Amino acid sequence: MPGFQIKKNPKKYDVIIVGSGAGGGMSAYVLANAGIKVLLLEAGPMYDPAKNVMQLKWPYESPRRGASTHFRNFGDFDAAYGGWELDGEPYTHKDGTKFDWFRSRMLGGRTNHWGRISLRFGPKDFKHKSVDGLGEDWPISYDDVAPYYDKVDKLIGVFGSKENLPNDPDSIFLPPPKPRLHELFIKDAGTALNIPVIPSRLSILTKPINKERGACFFCSQCNRGCTVYGDFSSSSVLVKPALNTGNVDVIANAMAREVLTDNEGKATGVSYVSKDDMQEYEVSGKVVVLAASACESARLLLNSKSAAHPNGLGNSSNVVGKYLHDSTGSAMGGFLPKLVGRKRYNEDGVGGMHVYTPWWLDNKKLDFARGYHIEYWGGMGMPGYGFGFGMQGTNGKYPGRDGKQKDAGGYGASLKDDYRYFYGASFGMAGRGEAIAREDNYCEIDPNTVDKFGIPVLRFNYKWSDQEVKQAKHMQSTFEEIIHKMGGVVTWGKSGAENDYGLEAPGRIIHEVGTTRMGDDKARSVVNKFNQAHDCKNVFVVDGGPFVSQADKNPTWTILALAMRASEYMIEEIKRQNL
Amino acid sequence: MDRRKYLKTLAVGTVGTISAASLIESCKPEEKVKEAVSTFTIDRTPDELAHENKLLADKFFDEHEMKTITVLVDIIIPKDDVSGSATDAKVPEFIEFIVKDMPHHQTPLRGGLKWLDLQCAKKFGAPFVDCKSSQQIEIIDAIAYPEKAKPEMKQGVAFFNLMRDLTATGFFTSKIGIDDLGYVGNKPNQWDGVPQDVLDQYGVKYDQKTLDECVKFDS
Repeated sequence: MPGFQIKKNPKKYDVIIVGSGAGGGMSAYVLANAGIKVLLLEAGPMYDPAKNVMQLKWPYESPRRGASTHFRNFGDFDAAYGGWELDGEPYTHKDGTKFDWFRSRMLGGRTNHWGRISLRFGPKDFKHKSVDGLGEDWPISYDDVAPYYDKVDKLIGVFGSKENLPNDPDSIFLPPPKPRLHELFIKDAGTALNIPVIPSRLSILTKPINKERGACFFCSQCNRGCTVYGDFSSSSVLVKPALNTGNVDVIANAMAREVLTDNEGKATGVSYVSKDDMQEYEVSGKVVVLAASACESARLLLNSKSAAHPNGLGNSSNVVGKYLHDSTGSAMGGFLPKLVGRKRYNEDGVGGMHVYTPWWLDNKKLDFARGYHIEYWGGMGMPGYGFGFGMQGTNGKYPGRDGKQKDAGGYGASLKDDYRYFYGASFGMAGRGEAIAREDNYCEIDPNTVDKFGIPVLRFNYKWSDQEVKQAKHMQSTFEEIIHKMGGVVTWGKSGAENDYGLEAPGRIIHEVGTTRMGDDKARSVVNKFNQAHDCKNVFVVDGGPFVSQADKNPTWTILALAMRASEYMIEEIKRQNL
Repeated sequence: MDRRKYLKTLAVGTVGTISAASLIESCKPEEKVKEAVSTFTIDRTPDELAHENKLLADKFFDEHEMKTITVLVDIIIPKDDVSGSATDAKVPEFIEFIVKDMPHHQTPLRGGLKWLDLQCAKKFGAPFVDCKSSQQIEIIDAIAYPEKAKPEMKQGVAFFNLMRDLTATGFFTSKIGIDDLGYVGNKPNQWDGVPQDVLDQYGVKYDQKTLDECVKFDS
């Protein structure tokens, strides 16, 4: 191939970080503020929610009225580029198993999409094997992480309420917003059923915390990106201030190929292909931090083979890619007859639920291990593509405005009025539960397939076990109880054993973790308790990969806390010249 | 930028709109399409822009089909005391776009329109649009009520369900439709809970813990 050459960047960095999401953003922020020279490699384009604006746009500003596309899987207004399939970047499956992998290649990564649900893991979550004998304990405890959760709370901001629950520790909270109407009904139903319904815990600024970020103005559109940075996304809250220190360079559209190592097996830098010119580049650094997402970082390690690391970098244990686990998910929706014809007012609120249900039961009395939390939605939201679909399933079931039952379906002025009449009377709920991390759920390098950059791709092998299916079954019966107690009617989501009680395919909840798990025993784990590779002391992994178990919590807050902790450790080790 | 300043900026509407036309012009002049259809006010990646402009430049329905769709959508959502009709809200244009964007709608709609014309031809000797309006309503009545429709009309029912869905979505996501629906959000505000008269209407209230812990506003 004529002209093929690898361009070497002459600048030597202290630290190269691969990926700019929650973990990479936090590392860049902490390191740069300590005066360390950082290079941040991002596989997608630059992005700034204040410039790439979606917020406060109307449905008709999208020709498809906000429907999802191949380019934005969560809708035309969603901030996150990409989704389950990326052109020219396949992944494969083993033995007919299923795993859906959501990738968002852009500055800030998947923090541009997430629900801002910011839950601390509890004491039990770090030592769950000691509780129920399943999976593995973390080498660290809640007390090790708590000071970092505190710092993350203060740096980024999270609202919630003090509840003193044993396994759902309180953060340093900003005040939560008041519940919406349907949320009050949910809370009343929950109270009657002994199911706790408490203020949600979201990283949205109900009060300003600094001069750089504005407070929330209640448009409910966090997933579109916030132009005043009133919520957390890595690009606006971490990467931007990190860049302002002058200690960080970002290279966008840089798809990492390999971590480079020397003869002794120590990391020397990273090679990447630029999507801008399709040329090959190498950058060198004293430390390499992987934060490309649990599966992408595992892929990078496995693809970084050398004489010193014949099984892939950091993989002498053969554990890289194993213990992959995503949250469980099942959902159900209902219709609340008492809300038809309701009075209009602006109930947008913050981006997401104002109340949620933390796990509340004792697994010793149940036929499955580990818990789930419940997320809720509903009310008078902004119409988008899909609004009004299936009216024939509603307007024949309930009396109309005149009190008369009519034939399902129809057309004309009477139908037109039905859309108004039934608007805002629907609601839904979804469980997000903890799956057991198992060695036989994994991603590995597909021996036969490369992506368009010539990089070998991941092949997934993942199956839910009875634990997760029974958990989904329990979710479904809980949802039904709540809906009925509210006086509602179940309209969708009810599933039986034939489709695992609505249990979503692995990967769909986008909480996948565990592929480079941490531990004290280097034969059974990839990184140590400071996220540092056992096999290569100047390589760290700070995304969800090092999670030993995922808890019934969303992983982001813990990724942030552990990335901060690992970065502070890195700073000390750099000072001591140990790396 | 602080929030107050931001709200001001929003009010004059100068925040971040990009002109797709100018972007296209700067990189690929040969792909320049009608200005009227190529201006986006929402964030678009270069790949998205290329895709949008291709869709907007394509045409799916022919003139006769569009004419039929126009009659149908106004039967489904006519003008009334509150707001205009589906065609006032440019629902036919929305349907033309959405079938290009979602090709799975193409055959059910094209085939459904054909099915409708054949039914009308058999019964009234003319395609749907050329039938008298009483004849149009007669055939619509036969397919608009899924639970009452005769078995031999089921394909028509499926077609009409889809037409009803797309018409409703197109209408209520338009400016006319949003105003009609009474959706009053999508603007900066301070959420201070459900209005008192609504709480009273449903016999619910905020308990003291909620009132104590939730966010309060100065003004």
